[in-house]
This record gives sequence, C-alpha cells and structure tokens, in this order.
Amino acid sequence: MPKLIIKDRSGKINEIEFDTNFTLMEILRDNNYDIEASCGGCCACATCHVYIDEKWTNKLKNMDDDEESMLDQAFDVKKNSRLSCQIHLSEELDGLEIEIAPE
Amino acid sequence: MTQKTDVIIIGAGPVGLFAVFELGLLNIKCHLVDNLDKVGGQCAELYPEKPIYDIPSRPVVTGQELTDELIKQINPFKPQFHLNQQVEKISKTEYGWIVETNIGTKVEAKCIVVAAGAGSFVPRKPPIENIESFENKNVFYAIRDKSMFNGKNLLIAGGGDSALDWTNELSKDSNVSLIHRRKEFRAAPDSVSKMQELETKGKIQFLKGQIKTISNKEDSKIIIEYENDKERSQIEVDYLLPFFGLKMELGPIANWGLNLHENLIKVDTEKFETSTPSIFAIGDINWYPGKLKLILSGFHEAALMSQEVFKYCFPDKKNIFRYTTSSKELQKKLGV
Repeated sequence: MPKLIIKDRSGKINEIEFDTNFTLMEILRDNNYDIEASCGGCCACATCHVYIDEKWTNKLKNMDDDEESMLDQAFDVKKNSRLSCQIHLSEELDGLEIEIAPE
Repeated sequence: MTQKTDVIIIGAGPVGLFAVFELGLLNIKCHLVDNLDKVGGQCAELYPEKPIYDIPSRPVVTGQELTDELIKQINPFKPQFHLNQQVEKISKTEYGWIVETNIGTKVEAKCIVVAAGAGSFVPRKPPIENIESFENKNVFYAIRDKSMFNGKNLLIAGGGDSALDWTNELSKDSNVSLIHRRKEFRAAPDSVSKMQELETKGKIQFLKGQIKTISNKEDSKIIIEYENDKERSQIEVDYLLPFFGLKMELGPIANWGLNLHENLIKVDTEKFETSTPSIFAIGDINWYPGKLKLILSGFHEAALMSQEVFKYCFPDKKNIFRYTTSSKELQKKLGV
C-alpha cells in the first residue's frame, strides 16, 4: 500500500499507509491525528491545515479559489500550505511528506 | 421574567429543528437557543451553498435549502427562538430546569435537549502569545460600540466580509490599516472595490502579511509585529481587530457535570439521555458506541428522544404510537 510520511505537531515523524480514493484529511482523521476538520471536508473551514514538503508541492493539483480563500482563516499560512480535505490521494502520491500545521 | 415551556433545545441546527417536529407531534412545546443570529447551525453558517447528498429522498439539497424546509416543516408547532445568545447556566428546579443565557434570557422547562453540534461558534483567535492579556483592552473580535475607535489608530486583520466591512466603515472616523496575507479578498466584490478606492485615496493603508506578535507600548498603545515573506515589520496602533471567521467549541456545556467522552456528551441509545436525567443530547454533540456524525442519525435520535421526553412532560398519560399518514389528529396539528 502507498504510504504517507507525517510530521505531527510535536515533531514526531510517522509513516502511515493509505487507501487511494480518500482525501488526506480523511486518512489523517482515521489515524487519530489531531485535526479538527470541523466542516467535515467541504472546504468550509480552515481546520485541516497542513504543510506539504516542497518536493511534493508541484505534484499536487493546484489549489482552487475556494481553498485559497478558506486559507485566509488559517494562521501561520506558508507557501506550501494546503487544506488536507482538498488533497485527493492517488498512487502517484506514494511517499508524500506532510506536516500538520499548528492549531 | 422567566418564560415557561416544555422543552428547551440548545442549538437550532438541522437536528435541533427536527426535534421540534418530533416533540410537536407529541404535544410538547419547545424553545430553542442558538449563539448564531440565524437558524440552521453549520448548514447555514459554514456551507449554505454546498450540496448535501445523503439526506433520504433528497438526491441533492444545499445546507440553506435543508434549513428552510425544516423551518417550514416545524412551523405548525410555533417554536420560539432565542438567537444571538448562548446558554451559560442551567439550574435544577422543582418543575425541571431553568436555563439562562449570556444576555439574561431565562426559560424554565421540563427537559433540556442539547443539540449543539460541534458546540458554539466563537471568533477564531490568532495564535499569538499573550493575546489574551490584551483582549477587551486593545484587542476586540467583535465591535459593539464603534464610537470608542473615533480618532484612533486601528489595525484590522483578515480578508473576509467582516474585515473589509469594518475597514470601510471605521475608516470614516479612524485611521485604519488593513492587514491580510495576500492582496485578494474573499469578501463581497462591492466591499473589496470600496476598500481599494479608499486605499487609492490614501484613506486607509493596506499591509501584506500575517500578524506574529503583540506587545505593550506606553500610553496604552500596542506594537504589532507582522511577517511577509520572512521579512518582519512593526506597526504601532491603539487597537487590533482580528476577523478570522468563527470556530466551534463546546463552551459552557462542558461545566454542567454531564459525563463526556472526548468533548462529546455520552448518551444511551434507547432514549439519548445523558448521565443527568431529563437532559438529552442528540446530533453531532453526542457519543455512543457506533456513533456516526450524520444529519440522518440526528433525526433518528430526535424521534427516540421525544418518546422519553413525553414521559417527563406527561407522566400520567400513555403515549400511543401513530403515523402522520393516517392519524387525523396529527394531521390537524400539522394544519394539513
């Protein structure tokens, strides 16, 4: 199974396997990562904020306007900020490295 | 003055609204309290335009449509709404409970039904060290009396409707700077063009960046440090007004002595009653083994909760089950 490499808020790095056809947020939540995702994944809050490792930013589909707008409600937004509910996982993302953004 | 009713429902989201229907069929009257200024909860506040596909018999319905139709459905039962306020305190009485809100509304009811979803919407606060110590002195997340800002230097942070509307409004009598992480705004196009016009005329100042620190200066002024592309700058102002939307938190409910499971209220799956008799919890706020946070589940929970609430409201009466399709009396209640 393809894998994700995840750095949590304490700096600990873990590998988790993922099923394609899910969003990154859904996989993080299923693995008990502390992300609120309060709107449930419809890009209507900014509580599933993650940073994508620079090596991977080009391999993801570009952000749409909705996601970029929602990021306005997040803090510590960086160039590699994304909302994890908008990242649809696929085989090509095997090895994706991400960091959970601060609350 | 304390108002009296049968049931007070905390939260006017889809599940709280549908509870009015199920309780209404059993002749139980309801008041609802919600922190927002409108009904519909998350459906109306977070995603009014977004489609929902898993409501039985509705292949697609938006959050706002669902809310509007629930309102139509419960209208015959004449629920009373107390919006824009949060229940702060509950206390036991001989009759049942008195529920008191932050603006002093008092309602006495036989039972309390908590249908508060993910909790109350509260302003999202920037994660800046020590910001709490400046709150309600130099930092405000909502504006009640704008005259206090007359002639002052303000920094407004954010890029949505609140940030832009207040920038435009307060620039009339104050010296306003607006800070946002990018030059695009998700506010209404009219407000954006007005703000840009004010900037061109030099009436307001736009700063690109994100606020990072806040510190005291003499004369009750504050210094805000902000960052843009790793470069830090400072601005000195009287007030900081951050507008970063809303988030949800459990709030005062956490202090009512109910048994919790990771910030959710534990209930049984027969009556959806909490560890305190005559207090119920339905919808996303409750927890039981196998719980799924679906609107669908909340509707089911509302129906079963109502059966038990009936016993508290009419201890001497027998609740005989019947359908809206065939009961003339239920149809009369519904006005059909």
